Amino acid sequence: MSTVPSTFTADLKARRAPALGGFNLTALRLEVRRLLRNRRTVVITMVFPVVFYLLFGLHKSYSKLPAGHGNIAAFVMISLALYGAVFAATSGGALVSIERAQGWSRQLRLTPLSPPAYITMKVLTSLILGAGSVAVTFVVGRLTAEASMPGYLWIVTALCVWIGSLLFAAFGLFMGYLLPTENVMQLMSLILAVLSFAGGLFIPVSQFAPAVRDIAKWTPLYGLNQLVHTPLLGNGVDWTWVVNVLAWLIIFAAGATWRFRKDTARG
Amino acid sequence: MTISSATPEMRWSDAGGLQAIELHAVHKHFGSVQAVRGVDMTISPGEIVAILGPNGAGKTTTIDMILGLSQPTSGAVSVFGMQPRQAITKGLISAVMQTGGLLKDLTVGETVEYTASLFARRQTVHDVLSRAGIEGIADRRVGKCSGGEQQRLRFAMALVSDPELLALDEPTTGMDVEGRRSFWAAIRKDAEQGRTVLFATHYLEEADAYADRIILLRHGLVVADGTAAQIKAMAAGRTVRATLPGATEDMLRGIPGADTAEVRGETVLVHATDSDAVARYLLTNTAARDLEITARGIEEAFLALTGDETEPASGAPSTGALS
Repeated sequence: MSTVPSTFTADLKARRAPALGGFNLTALRLEVRRLLRNRRTVVITMVFPVVFYLLFGLHKSYSKLPAGHGNIAAFVMISLALYGAVFAATSGGALVSIERAQGWSRQLRLTPLSPPAYITMKVLTSLILGAGSVAVTFVVGRLTAEASMPGYLWIVTALCVWIGSLLFAAFGLFMGYLLPTENVMQLMSLILAVLSFAGGLFIPVSQFAPAVRDIAKWTPLYGLNQLVHTPLLGNGVDWTWVVNVLAWLIIFAAGATWRFRKDTARG
Repeated sequence: MTISSATPEMRWSDAGGLQAIELHAVHKHFGSVQAVRGVDMTISPGEIVAILGPNGAGKTTTIDMILGLSQPTSGAVSVFGMQPRQAITKGLISAVMQTGGLLKDLTVGETVEYTASLFARRQTVHDVLSRAGIEGIADRRVGKCSGGEQQRLRFAMALVSDPELLALDEPTTGMDVEGRRSFWAAIRKDAEQGRTVLFATHYLEEADAYADRIILLRHGLVVADGTAAQIKAMAAGRTVRATLPGATEDMLRGIPGADTAEVRGETVLVHATDSDAVARYLLTNTAARDLEITARGIEEAFLALTGDETEPASGAPSTGALS
């Protein structure tokens, strides 16, 4: 019979680190539940786009006018879905700020959760909420039977909006690490409303005064808004839209990385 | 194969010289402030150790380095023979912090469930909640819990990975006497299974009552290390009191080990660093009877050891934030 190891040394040997740096679906589920508990977040991501659509997309003189492969109602629906998805993405990232303020980030450093796993969880939380927002808006658009576009475009456009919102997950993370406040979302709501106007989500940029229009084209929602409408309009991609999205993605991601490094540097 | 019914003593008997915590010449500077100035510390598996010291002594700084939350400026820290971060990822260390570290919008049960989900080895949520005595408030939002309940929640979170080492940084700050007592009862009960416990405190009675060993920190240095009784004796010595008719103070001061003496009628009081030697002398060489040996309170010992009369010339931290 082999020698009997002490429970202690055997115990130490049996200990291991969790897979995937601690990433797991239980924690992800709880993160989503937390976001859904925030009334402001739910109202802005799930209720606002629908209400705005009912107010400004339906039964207007322009609703049934053609727009590319579909009509204006579909165009408005896409804009509002983008607004909801972008807000959801920002909320997920901005949770970081609340967690830092409440000392949860420090608590997590006493667990095996690795920083990449933590960020992944935040981004996925954003995407899950964003998917809900886009789905609700599109389902209402479909049920009210005024928005019209070919069947495949419903899917393609929803995916474009959803994946495009990742740009604002990076923005949310950047702001989350930059602003150590529990009230970050109040500020974010304001900033996103301004960016949404500037990006043409509520009123087409073409209707702005020329001077305002020139400025609007540099704002971070402009390029993304143009791109998500491209499948519907079928008007081709302008390279400046792509540059706009990529440039802002680099700025947000670099900013988030910079603040994140500063935050996790173990002094 | 393992022995599952091992007692704590058996459990550690074959640790192979592996220490729970080892600090070698650890320094930690924050800019020009020297929070920790060369600490050596060895804590064996299964010990319950208090780090005692006034605010600014370097207690939290020391614990943060043991937990891997900060890195020493120089020197080495190891936990169970590994880097602190590695020990954390394996679930070997957990900690109960003084404040913060909780999300107000989760419930008590969800908080423990979340924490548990991050570890490879974990205990059931229900089990740790009941060990921390908060199974009744599992559905309550953290933001609605009292300070004491939140502290028990932190304790439950710390238990969830079944750690070998539990570190507590002033865990009962802000708790009332009853809350403190029941909190320590839970810790003590838990430690019976052989867990190593390290806690920082500036409550002297807490260190005295709950630790097997006290490490006294002052201005970032270990100034005393021993059992509560040793610490008290070291600073204050003990007083030997006896009935001895006809004794003179000169004669008493001549006893080996005696420091000072006082005669009050037939009662003599001899203050001694080595009270055992004095007592032995009195009982074997004189007619002394009704012998009584008393130590000064740990409060006095603490003040004697941490008082500022031997204040180093420079570099002593003074900000409370470093405590």
